[in-house]
Amino acid sequence: MTSQSKAKELEAMAVKLRRHVIEMTCAAASGHPGGSLSAADIITVLYFFQLRYDAKNPAWPERDRFVMSKGHAAPILYAALAEAGFFPVSQLKTLRQTGSSLQGHVDMLSLPGIEMSTGSLGQGLSAANGMALANRLDKRESRVYCLLGDGECQEGQVWEAAMTAAHYKLDNLTAIVDHNKFQIDGPVERIKNLAPFPDKWRAFGWNVLACDGHKVPAIIEALGKAVKARGKPTVIIAETVKGKGVSFMEAKPLDYHGKAPTADEEKLALGELCRRGEKSS
Amino acid sequence: MSETKMIATRDAYGKVLAEIGRENPDVVVLDADLAVSTKTSVFAKEFPDRFFDLGVAEQDMIGTAAGLAAAGKIVFASTFAVFGSGRAWDQVRVSVAYTRLSVKIVVTHAGITTGEDGASHQANEDIAIMRALPNMTVVVPADAVETEKTIRAAVKYYGPMYVRLSRPKTPVLHPADYDFQIGKGEVMRPGSDLTIIACGTMVAPALEAAAALGQEGLKARVVNLHTIKPLDKELIVRCAGETGAIVTAEEHSIIGGLGGAVAEVVAENAPVPLIRVGLKDVFGESGKPEELLVKYGLTAREIGAAARAALERKK
Repeated sequence: MTSQSKAKELEAMAVKLRRHVIEMTCAAASGHPGGSLSAADIITVLYFFQLRYDAKNPAWPERDRFVMSKGHAAPILYAALAEAGFFPVSQLKTLRQTGSSLQGHVDMLSLPGIEMSTGSLGQGLSAANGMALANRLDKRESRVYCLLGDGECQEGQVWEAAMTAAHYKLDNLTAIVDHNKFQIDGPVERIKNLAPFPDKWRAFGWNVLACDGHKVPAIIEALGKAVKARGKPTVIIAETVKGKGVSFMEAKPLDYHGKAPTADEEKLALGELCRRGEKSS
Repeated sequence: MSETKMIATRDAYGKVLAEIGRENPDVVVLDADLAVSTKTSVFAKEFPDRFFDLGVAEQDMIGTAAGLAAAGKIVFASTFAVFGSGRAWDQVRVSVAYTRLSVKIVVTHAGITTGEDGASHQANEDIAIMRALPNMTVVVPADAVETEKTIRAAVKYYGPMYVRLSRPKTPVLHPADYDFQIGKGEVMRPGSDLTIIACGTMVAPALEAAAALGQEGLKARVVNLHTIKPLDKELIVRCAGETGAIVTAEEHSIIGGLGGAVAEVVAENAPVPLIRVGLKDVFGESGKPEELLVKYGLTAREIGAAARAALERKK
C-alpha cells in the first residue's frame, strides 16, 4: 500500500492547498472557502497521487480527466493545478479579479488543466459520462473522475446522469461526493434530505464506497478499489467537514459557504494551518 | 409548384448524418428517445457503437454531448426543438456555449407545423433563446438540400451550433450544387421595391408571395437568411438601402427570432419600414399543419399583405 512518507507528503500538500484557498478568497474578498476546504484532501490525493496527467502537455490524450461538478469549489482546484505546474502559483491571487483567468466558477477556456466549465450545479456528471464514453470509443485506458457536492445531488440532472453511467456500465468513471452536509440555506438534511444516500446510488446501479474524506490513506484506498470495480461506475461518498482545517469555519459552516475570510480571519486561519502543517511534516 | 420535390428537412438530416458517419469516424450521435422522429435512427442503425440514446433526459444528453466533444468527438445531439432549446437551455449555455465545444444541436419539429401535438410541442421561441447565447451559431435551413449542406458544413465548423429542422415535407428549393456558406444569406429572387427576408419553412411562401406581388408590378427581392447567427448584416443593410422596405417571415414568434434579429440591424444601421410576419406572441394549438399556418398568419398571402403595408409606409 501507500508508504507512510507518501501519505505525509500528501497531507503536507493538502495543508498548502488549504493555505492557498484562504489567501485567494481573502484577496478576492469573495468565493467559497467552506466547500473548497472540505474537498482539499480529496483534490490533493487526486492531483498528487491518483490522476495521470502532464502539466506541460495538458491536452495529452491518454490523461485521466477530472470534472469539478461543484464548480464553486474552484479555489481548491486552482490551488492544486498551480501546485501541479499547470500555471504559476503567483496567479492564484488574481482569483475573481476582472480580467483574471481564475474565474469565480471553473472555466475550461481560461485556464489549462480544467476539463469542463461548471458552476450551474448538476451538470458535471453528464459531461464526465461523455468523456468516459469517448475513452471507451477510442479504446483508451484513461479514467474520468467527477467531484460532486452533496447539496448538488438535489439537482435532477445528477440522477439522469447516474442512470446513464450505470446503463452504459461506465466502470472507467469514478464519482466522488464531497459529503460535507451543508448547503447555502442550512444543513442538507433539513433543506432536502438525501437519505438514504448510499442506497439511492446503489438503486441507480452504482458500486458504492464510503471513506473518511479527510484521511489520505482512506481516500487512496477507496480510489484504488474504484479502479478495480468492473461493470459498474463507482461513487465514493467521502465524509467531510465543511471548512475543514480552519476551526472557526468548521464551527460555522453556513457562514463560510460563500463568504471569504477577512484579513484578521485570514491571519487566524493561516496560523492554524501553519501549525497543522508543522505537525504533518 | 406541383413539379417541386417534397422532402422533410429531418429526412434529409437522417440521410446526410449516415453519410458523414461513413466519412468521419469521430462523428458521434446522441438522441433523447426521439430517434425515429428526428431520423437519427438512420445513423443508429448503421453505427450502433457511435450512437447513444440517453432516454427521456435532454439535459443529460446535452451534458454528455459536451463531455464527448471535450474528448475530441464531433457530436450531433438531436431531439425536438422545444426540448433541445428550452428544456436543456442552461445545459446548452454552460456546458456547450460557454465551453465553445463542438456540439451540434440539431432539432426537428420546430414551429407550429409540428401540428397535432399542440402548443407544448411547438417551439416558437427557440431561435430567440438560442441566438442570445454567446458562441452559438444558429442555422435554419430552408429545404432538404440546404439541410444537407448545413450538416456537412457543421462537421467542419468548430464550435457549438443549433440547427432548426421541421416535421412536414417541404418543397426542395435549391439545386444539388447550391453554394451554401454559414453566415451568408442568399438572394433567391431579385427585386428593388422591397425585400422579403425569410428562413426555414417560410422561404417557399416568401417566394410565392414575391411571384404574386410581381403580377401586380411590385418587385420584391427575396432573401433566404438561413443563418440567424452570425447574421449577414452587410446583406441586410444593403437590402434596406437598395429596396427601402423589409418584411421578415419565419415560423417562430415575432419576438427575438429572425424578425427581431433583422429589426435590430435595420434599426441601428439603416432604418426603413419593417414588418415582421410570424407568431404574434401566442402559443399554438393542435391541428393540421397547413390549417395552423393559415390560422396563425404564416402564409404567402400574409407575407404579401405585409409587403403592401410596408410599401405604403415607404411612401
